[in-house]
Amino acid sequence: MNSEQLSVNNLANNYLWTENRGLWTENNSTMNSYYFTEEHKIFRSSVRDFLKKEVTPYIAEWEKNGEIPRSIFLKMGEMGYLGLMQEEKYGGLDVDFWYTIILNEEIARVNSGGFAASIGAHPYLALTHIKAQANEQQKEKYLIPGIQGKCIGCLAITEPSAGSDVQSIRTTAKKEGDYYIINGSKTFITNGVNSDFIVAAVKTNTTKNNGLSMIIIDRTTSGVAATKLNKLGWKASDTGEISFDDVKVPKENLLGEEGMGFFYIMQHFVLERLTMAIGGTAVSKYALEVTLQYMAERKAFGRPINKFQVLRHRIAQMASEIEMNQQFIYHLCQRFQNGDYLVKEASMAKLLSTQLSDKVTTQCLQMFGGYGFMEDYPLARMFRDSRLGTIGGGTSEIMCEIISKIIIDNNTYSKTI
Amino acid sequence: MNSYYFTEEHEMFRESLRTFLHKEVLPNIDQWEKEQKIPRNIWKKMGDMGFLGLSYPEKYGGMNLDFFYDVIFCEEVSKMYSGGFAISQIVVQYMSSPYILKHGSERLKEKYLPGIISGEKISCIGITEPGAGSDAQNIQTTAIKQGDYYIVNGSKTFITNAVYGDFIITVVKTDPNAGAAGVSLLVIDRNAEGVSATKLNKLGWHASDTAELAFDEVKVPAENLIGEEGQGFYYLMGGLQLERLTGAVMGYAACEEALAYSLKYMSERKAFGRPINKFQVLRHRIAQLAAEIEATKQFVLYCCRLNNDGKYAVKECSMSKLLSSELSDKVMYQCLQFFGGYGYMEEFKIARMFRDSRIGTIGGGTSEIMIDDVAYQSAAKDPIYKKTTSNSNPQKEKNIPTNDEINLNHILDKIQAGAEKAKPLGKTLKFDFGKEQLFIDGTGEKNKVSINNDDANCTIQISYEDFNNLLKGKLNPMNAVMSGKIKIKGDMSVAMKLQSLLS
Ligand SMILES: Cc1cc2nc3c(=O)[nH]c(=O)nc-3n(C[C@H](O)[C@H](O)[C@H](O)COP(=O)(O)OP(=O)(O)OC[C@H]3O[C@@H](n4cnc5c(N)ncnc54)[C@H](O)[C@@H]3O)c2cc1C
Ligand SMILES: Cc1cc2nc3c(=O)[nH]c(=O)nc-3n(C[C@H](O)[C@H](O)[C@H](O)COP(=O)(O)OP(=O)(O)OC[C@H]3O[C@@H](n4cnc5c(N)ncnc54)[C@H](O)[C@@H]3O)c2cc1C
Repeated sequence: MNSEQLSVNNLANNYLWTENRGLWTENNSTMNSYYFTEEHKIFRSSVRDFLKKEVTPYIAEWEKNGEIPRSIFLKMGEMGYLGLMQEEKYGGLDVDFWYTIILNEEIARVNSGGFAASIGAHPYLALTHIKAQANEQQKEKYLIPGIQGKCIGCLAITEPSAGSDVQSIRTTAKKEGDYYIINGSKTFITNGVNSDFIVAAVKTNTTKNNGLSMIIIDRTTSGVAATKLNKLGWKASDTGEISFDDVKVPKENLLGEEGMGFFYIMQHFVLERLTMAIGGTAVSKYALEVTLQYMAERKAFGRPINKFQVLRHRIAQMASEIEMNQQFIYHLCQRFQNGDYLVKEASMAKLLSTQLSDKVTTQCLQMFGGYGFMEDYPLARMFRDSRLGTIGGGTSEIMCEIISKIIIDNNTYSKTI
Repeated sequence: MNSYYFTEEHEMFRESLRTFLHKEVLPNIDQWEKEQKIPRNIWKKMGDMGFLGLSYPEKYGGMNLDFFYDVIFCEEVSKMYSGGFAISQIVVQYMSSPYILKHGSERLKEKYLPGIISGEKISCIGITEPGAGSDAQNIQTTAIKQGDYYIVNGSKTFITNAVYGDFIITVVKTDPNAGAAGVSLLVIDRNAEGVSATKLNKLGWHASDTAELAFDEVKVPAENLIGEEGQGFYYLMGGLQLERLTGAVMGYAACEEALAYSLKYMSERKAFGRPINKFQVLRHRIAQLAAEIEATKQFVLYCCRLNNDGKYAVKECSMSKLLSSELSDKVMYQCLQFFGGYGYMEEFKIARMFRDSRIGTIGGGTSEIMIDDVAYQSAAKDPIYKKTTSNSNPQKEKNIPTNDEINLNHILDKIQAGAEKAKPLGKTLKFDFGKEQLFIDGTGEKNKVSINNDDANCTIQISYEDFNNLLKGKLNPMNAVMSGKIKIKGDMSVAMKLQSLLS
C-alpha cells in the first residue's frame, strides 16, 4: 500500500463514524442566530457528544442487525430527548421547537437513515398521536413510559393495498361489547416488529368520514404478528408487515373519536413532514461536508480534486441549494413554533428537501469516485438511505397534489381539532 | 401572519406603490417596450410620490427607511411584465448611486443625490467593457490626472440607462499599471464633451436602453472622483452585495408574477372539455414551481434581513442571485409552455417574461462568477472546513496562544514557514501592526521574512488579534478586507496572494 492509499484509508476510517467534525451549522452561527440561542447551542453540543458516545460506535452493528437495541431508547429517554415537546407532567421537557430541530439535525449526522427513522417514528409519529388525542388514562399508560423510552410505539397507517390513498385502508375494527375485534394487515411500518404498541388506523362501524379511526394495539395481544422486511436502505430500522387476526382490543384503547382518524392523520402530517424536511437538508449538509474533506485530500493529475473547476461549481451549486432549503425550513419552523398551520408549506419543504438530498447524495458520491461505492466510506449508505425521502411520509406526487389543490383550486385547510 | 419581514406600514407602502404602478406604468408598458424607451417623466412622477430614495438620508431628500421598503420597491417594479422597466429603476437606486452615497464627497452627494431622489436625474453604472466583463479587474479605460482634471479615454459596453441617462459612475484606471489597485470610480456627465453612446439591440429588456459608450479625451473635474484613488475595486466589491440582492429580488418577484399570470390563464383555457388546470401533469408542475419559488423567496428575504441588520453576507447574496436568476429561467420556460401557442405570441406577456428572464444569469455577474467568486470560496475554503482537520488533532489547537500572548515573534514564527514554502510574491509586502511591522521580500527566489519597516509595494494594516485569527483560519481574508479589519494600501495584486502565504 503506498502512502497515498494509506492516507485515503485513514480518511475512510475517520469518516466511518461521524466524529465531532465540520461544524457547519454552528459556525454559521452569526447567520443562524436569528433562531438559535446560546442554550440551543449548548444543547446541540451535548446531543452531539451523546450520539458520538452512545450511537456512532455501534451503528455498523445495528445496520447489520437490521434494528436498534431497546437500550438506546432508554438512554435517549433518560436524556429527555424523547419528550422534548411533551408536557412536563408526563415527564417531557416542554421546550421550544428549535430543540427538536437540533436533535434531528444531529441525528442526521450519524449517517444512518434507519437509526433516524426508528428513533423518530416513536416520538414524532406514535407519541404525537398520543399527545394530541389520548385521554389521561391512555397517557398514563403509554405517554409516560414512552417518553422514558421504556415503551416504544409505531404508527401503522399503510397497508399492502393502500399507501398514498389513506382513505382506502381495509383493516377493520368491529365493536363487540367492551372490545374492538381487529382484522387486517399493515405494511412498511417503522418499528413494526419491535415496538410495544401500535397506533393503528382502522375502519370502525361508523359511517362518519369513511369510518377511519385511530386505535392503540398492544403488541402482546393475541392475534398480532409481524415480519421484518428486507429493504434497499434504512437498514438499522425494523420495518414490519403486521397482521391482525381477530385481535381483541379493549374499547378504551380508541384514540379520540370514532370517524376522526383521517383528520388526526392529516393534521399530524405537518410535523412529520417538517421533521423529514429538516432531516433531508441536514443529511445534504453533512454529505457536502464529508465530501469537501475528501476532495481536499484526494489527489488526481497532481492536484487535489477540489481544484477542478467543474467539481467546484457543482459543490457551490449544491451549497447554495442547501443553504436556501435550510433557511426556508427554519423560516417555516419559526412559523410552526408560533402555531401556524402549515399544510402547504410543510408539503413544499418536504418535497424540496427530499429531492435535494437525492441530488446531493448522488452528486457527492460521484466526487468520491470508486470509493463512493465502498461501504467503508460514508456516501454509499447516505445515497441509499436518502432514496426513501421522496416516498415515505407521503410521496413527492402526493405533496404536489396537496400543494396544487391549495394554489390552483384554492382549497383551504384549517386545524379542525 | 406569515411574514416576519413586512409590517403593516410596509404593506401600506406596497399598496400605494402598486396602485401607482398599475395606473402610470402598466398601461404604457407595451408602448415603452416597442419604442425601447421609457419617458423621463415617469422617474419624476415616482420621485414626486416619494417612491425614490427610500433608504437614502433625509438630507438629500430621501426617506431614511429600512431595507425592506427597498425590497418592496424592487418586487413591485419587477411585476410590471417588463424586465427593462424594472432594471432601469433598480440600476439608478441600487446599483449606481449608492457608490456616491457610500463613498462620495459631500460635494458629490449634494450635486447628484437630490436629483436621483426627486427623479430628475438618471444614473448608470459603467463597469463592463468590450474586452472585460466578468474579469472586471482587467478594464482598460484610463483616467489620467492633469491638473484639476482627469482625462478619460476608453469605452464601456452593455451600460443600462446610458443612452438617455445623465451621468455614469464609471470604473476607470487611474493607474493603468497597478492592476486592481489602480481602479477608481469617477462620475462622468453623460453630455460631457467626448462622451458618445450607441444604442444596442437586445434579445430582451427592450424598454431599457443599453449603450456602448466611447470616451474620447473626456475632461472630468478631479472632484468627480468617488472616494480615494485606487480604492475603486473595493468599493465595487462592497457594492456587489446590494446589486446581487436586488437582482435576486427581481428574479423571484418576476417568477411570482409569471405564476399568477399562468394560473389565471390555465383556469380559463379549456382542452378536452375541461380547464387545463385540471390536468395532473400541469398541476404538479405548478406545485413544484410554487414550492421552489416560495423557498427561493424566503431565502432571499432572509439574505435581505442579513443586509438590513448590517451583517456581512457576500456568500449568501451570491447564492441568492444565482438561485433566483436560475429559477426564473426555469419558471418562465415552463410557464410559457402552459400557454401553448399563445405563449409564443406577443399578445401574451409570458413571451416577454421569458426573454427578459434570460439576462438574469448574465447581468450583474454571471452564474459562473457567482459560483466561482464567492459561493465556492466561502463554502469550501471557509475556515469551518479547515477547522475540521484541526479538530481531529487537539494537540495542534493548544499551540495557538491566546490573544494576550500574541506578539511579533509569535507571528514571525507562524508566517515564516508558510511564506518560505509559498511561491515568491514577485514584489514586496508589509504587514503593519501599528507599533511593529513585518516585511516580506518576495522579489528573490524565496520569500524572505524580516521585521524591517522598509517601503513595500503593498502594505497591509491589521491588528495582531485579527492576524492571529487569519492564521488560525478563524477569519476569512476576503471578509476581513471587506469588513475593514484589513486595510490595504498599494498594489492590490500582492494582497490577493495573501491566501497562499497563510495556508
Ligand atoms: C422504509 C419505509 C418506512 C415506512 N414507515 C411507515 C410507517 O412507519 N408507518 C406507515 O404508516 N407507513 C410507513 N411507510 C409507508 C409509506 O408512507 C408509503 O410507502 C407511502 O405513503 C407510499 O405508499 P405506497 O407505497 O403504497 O405507494 P402507492 O400509493 O402505491 O404509490 C405508488 C406510486 O404512485 C404514485 N401515486 C399515488 N397516488 C397518486 C396520485 N393521486 N397522483 C399521482 N401519483 C400518484 C405515488 O407517488 C408513487 O409514485 C414506510 C415506507 C417505507 C418504504
Ligand atoms: C442587457 C444588459 C445590461 C447590462 N447592464 C450593465 C450595466 O448597467 N453596467 C455594467 O457595467 N455592465 C452591464 N452589463 C454587463 C454585464 O454585467 C456583463 O455582460 C457580465 O458581467 C458578463 O460579462 P461579459 O458579457 O463580458 O461576459 P464574459 O466575461 O466574456 O463571459 C463569457 C462567458 O464566460 C464565462 N466565464 C467568464 N469567466 C469565467 C470563469 N472564471 N470561470 C468560468 N466561466 C467563466 C461567463 O460566465 C460567461 O458564460 C449588462 C449586460 C447586459 C446584457
